[in-house]
Amino acid sequence: MTSANPEPTDGGTATATSPETVPDTLSTGSAASAELLASSVGEYARIMLRRIRGGESGALPVIVGLVAIVLFFQIRNSLFLSAGNLVNLMTQAAFIITLGMAEVFVLLLGEIDLAAGFTAANGAVLALWMMAAGNPWWLSVIAALAATSAYGALQGLIITRLRLPSFVVTLAGLLGLGGLVLFLINSSGRLGLGGVITLQNNIINDIEAGSLSPVASWIVMIALVALAGSLTFLRDRRRRVNGLVAPPQSITLIKIAVYAVAGAVVILVANVNRGRLLPLRGLPWVVLVVLAILTCYTLLLGRTRFGRYVYAIGGNAEAARRAGINTTRIRTLAFTLTGLTAGITGIIYASYLGSISNSVNGGETVLYGVAAAVIGGTSLFGGRGKMLDALLGGLVVGVIYNGLELLGLSASAQLMWTALVLLAAVAVDGLTRRGQNTS
Amino acid sequence: MTGSPHDGARLAEAGRAPSGARDEVATTGEPLLRLRGIGKHFGPVQALAGIDLDVPAGQVTALVGDNGAGKSTLIKTISGIWEPSEGQIIWQGRHVHFRTPKDATDAGIATVYQDLALCDNLDIVQNMLLGHEIRRHLLLDEVTMEKTAKRTLHDLRVTTVRNIRQTVGSLSGGQRQAVAVAKAVMLDARLVIMDEPTAALGVSQTALVLDLITRLASRGIAVIVVSHNLNDVFKVADRIAVLYLGRLVEVGPAPEYDTASVVDLMTTGMSQRSRTANGLAPTPDSGQEG
Ligand SMILES: Nc1ncnc2c1ncn2[C@@H]1O[C@H](COP(=O)(O)OP(=O)(O)O)[C@@H](O)[C@H]1O
Ligand SMILES: [Mg+2]
Repeated sequence: MTSANPEPTDGGTATATSPETVPDTLSTGSAASAELLASSVGEYARIMLRRIRGGESGALPVIVGLVAIVLFFQIRNSLFLSAGNLVNLMTQAAFIITLGMAEVFVLLLGEIDLAAGFTAANGAVLALWMMAAGNPWWLSVIAALAATSAYGALQGLIITRLRLPSFVVTLAGLLGLGGLVLFLINSSGRLGLGGVITLQNNIINDIEAGSLSPVASWIVMIALVALAGSLTFLRDRRRRVNGLVAPPQSITLIKIAVYAVAGAVVILVANVNRGRLLPLRGLPWVVLVVLAILTCYTLLLGRTRFGRYVYAIGGNAEAARRAGINTTRIRTLAFTLTGLTAGITGIIYASYLGSISNSVNGGETVLYGVAAAVIGGTSLFGGRGKMLDALLGGLVVGVIYNGLELLGLSASAQLMWTALVLLAAVAVDGLTRRGQNTS
Repeated sequence: MTGSPHDGARLAEAGRAPSGARDEVATTGEPLLRLRGIGKHFGPVQALAGIDLDVPAGQVTALVGDNGAGKSTLIKTISGIWEPSEGQIIWQGRHVHFRTPKDATDAGIATVYQDLALCDNLDIVQNMLLGHEIRRHLLLDEVTMEKTAKRTLHDLRVTTVRNIRQTVGSLSGGQRQAVAVAKAVMLDARLVIMDEPTAALGVSQTALVLDLITRLASRGIAVIVVSHNLNDVFKVADRIAVLYLGRLVEVGPAPEYDTASVVDLMTTGMSQRSRTANGLAPTPDSGQEG
C-alpha cells in the first residue's frame, strides 16, 4: 500500500506541518472520491464519517433515506416489497430517472431546463405520430430525438449568445412547448382522436411492458456486473501499478461485491412470477435502457474532456474561460444533451402510458426530474453531482408515488411528501455549499 | 505541452549563481522580455507612459508602486488582456502583439491572477491540466495526467499537499497559490507573472509561496511579482522596478535599495539620493507598511 502515498519525500525545505495540510473534509465533485484518499478500509470509513459530519456524504443520505421510506411503506402495507410492486416501481420511476439525467447536464453548469418535460412530450407526439403514419419505429425515434436535441441546442444558443438566464428562457420554453403539444395533438386529425395519440408499435411498447426471459435476465446482469467489475478492477490496478493514489485492493473488491449483490437482488426480484393469470417473469427492458444511458452518460461526464469542462464551468466559469475552454460551446452542448435525453424520456413515457394525450403535464414532470437529480445529491448551484444521482433520486420520487398510491392516498399527499423530501435535499445542498464557502 | 520542464530546470540550476553574482548573469544575457516605450491610455486617462523594462530569465523582478500607479495595467498589457496604446513588446528577441490572453499563454507567458482562477470543485490534477487534458483512446488519461502533475509539484518541491486528488476547495490559501503556480509551470511558461501572490496569506503560507517564487527563478523562468509588501519583495526580488503615476521611475538590482528608498520612490517618485542630488532636504522616514 505504499503506492497510496503521493507526495515526494525529499523536499526538506517547505514547511510540511499540520496547519498547511487541511483535511479533506469537504472534498466534493467529480473525481475525488474517498476511496482515492484512503489507504485502508479503516481509513476509508474514517474519511466517510468525517465527510458525513462535514455535510458532504455522497450517495449515503439518499440511500439511507430510500431504505427508510421503503421500510415505512412496507410496514404500512406488506404488498410494497412484493416482486410485482417492485417491478412496477422500476417501470414507474424510469422516466423520472431519465428526466433527472437530462437535468444533471445543465444543473452541473448551474443552469436549469424547465422546458424538458414538454420537450419530452413533444418528442413523444412526434414519434407516435410518425409511427402511426406508418414509418418504422427506429426512424420515428431518431426523428423525434433529433427534433428534441435541436430544440435543446436552440435553447442553449439563446441562453449563451444572448446571455439570458436559463430559468427565464426555459420557462418561456415550458409555456411555448406546452402550447405546441396541444396544437400538434389537436391538429393531427383522426390520429389524435379525442386528444390522444395511441402507441401502435410493439417494440416501443415493450420498453416498459416487455421483459427479458428469466435466463436472459441472469445472463445480461452477470455480463453487466462482470464488465463493470473488471473495468473497476483494471482501473484501480493501473493506478496502483503506476504508483498513484489508488484505493486499497480490499475496497476495490468490496465495490465489485456491491455491484454483484445489487445486480443479483434486482434479478431475483424481477424473476419472481408477478403475473396474475399467466406467468410473468424477467427483467423489464426499461431497466436495461436506463442502465445503458446511465453508463454512457457517466462515461461522458467522468472520462471525456466535455464532461471535465462541464464540471469546470459549473465550478468557476471564469477559470474555465481563462484555461482556454470554449464555454459557450460546452454550455450549448449540455443543453443539447438535455434536449436529447428529454426526447428519450418522451419515448419511455409514451411506452409507459401506451399513448400520449393533450392532458400531459410537462410542467409538473420536469420538476420531478429536477427533484430527482437534487434529491440524489446534484447541486442546484453547479459543479457538483453525477448521473447516478438521478437514478437514486428518481427511485426516491418513484417510491413515494408508488407507496402513497398503494396506501390509497391522494395526489395531494403525493405532492406534499415529494415537496418535503425535495426541500430536505435542497437544504442539505445549501448547507454543504455554505460549509465549503467558509472553509 | 507534454514536453517536460526537466531540462530547463537543470540548465537553470547550473546557471544559478549565488546572490551576489546574479546581476552580472542577467546583464550579459539577452533579456527574455523587453518593453520599449509602452504607453496605455483609457480615453483621456494616461495609465502608463514610456515604460522601458527588461525582464531577464531566471530572475525575480518585483514590480512595486502605490495604488493606481499602473502595476495591474502593465501586467495586463504583457499578458494580452489588452494591447498597449503605444510602444513595443519584444519577446525572446521578436516583436509580438498579444491580442488575447491565449496569445500570451501560447507564447509562454503565464499569469497567476490575484483571484487565482481555480475550480474549487475539481481536484489538484484536474485543475493543473484544465484545458490541456491528456487523452488515451479518446478518454481522459487520468494516470498520465496525475503522473505529470505529480512530477511538476515534485520539481517545485510542493510537499505540503497531502493528496493530489484533493479538491482545490479544501486547500489552504498557500496551497491554492502553489497549485495556481504549478499550473502555470505545466504550460511550459518561460515567464510567470504573479499579481499580489501573498496578499491574502498568513506567515507560514507566505513563506511557502516566496519559496516557490525563488524556485521558479532557479529553474530559469523569469518571474514578475507585483506586491505591496516590501518585506516579501526584498526576500525574493533580484530586481526591483518602481512605478509612479504610470511611469517607471527606477529599475535596478534589489541589493541597491532598502525599504526606505523604495517607499520614497513609490510615494514621491524620487529616492533620497536623487532628492539630495537635487538639493532637497530629505524628510524623516515615516512608516513603511505595505
Ligand atoms: N479599464 C480601465 N479603464 C479606465 N481606467 C483604468 C482602467 N484600468 C486602470 N485604469 C486607471 O489606470 C490607472 C492605473 O491603475 P492600475 O493599473 O489598476 O493601478 P495599480 O494596479 O498599480 O494599483 C488608475 O488611475 C486607473 O484608474
Ligand atoms: Mg492593481
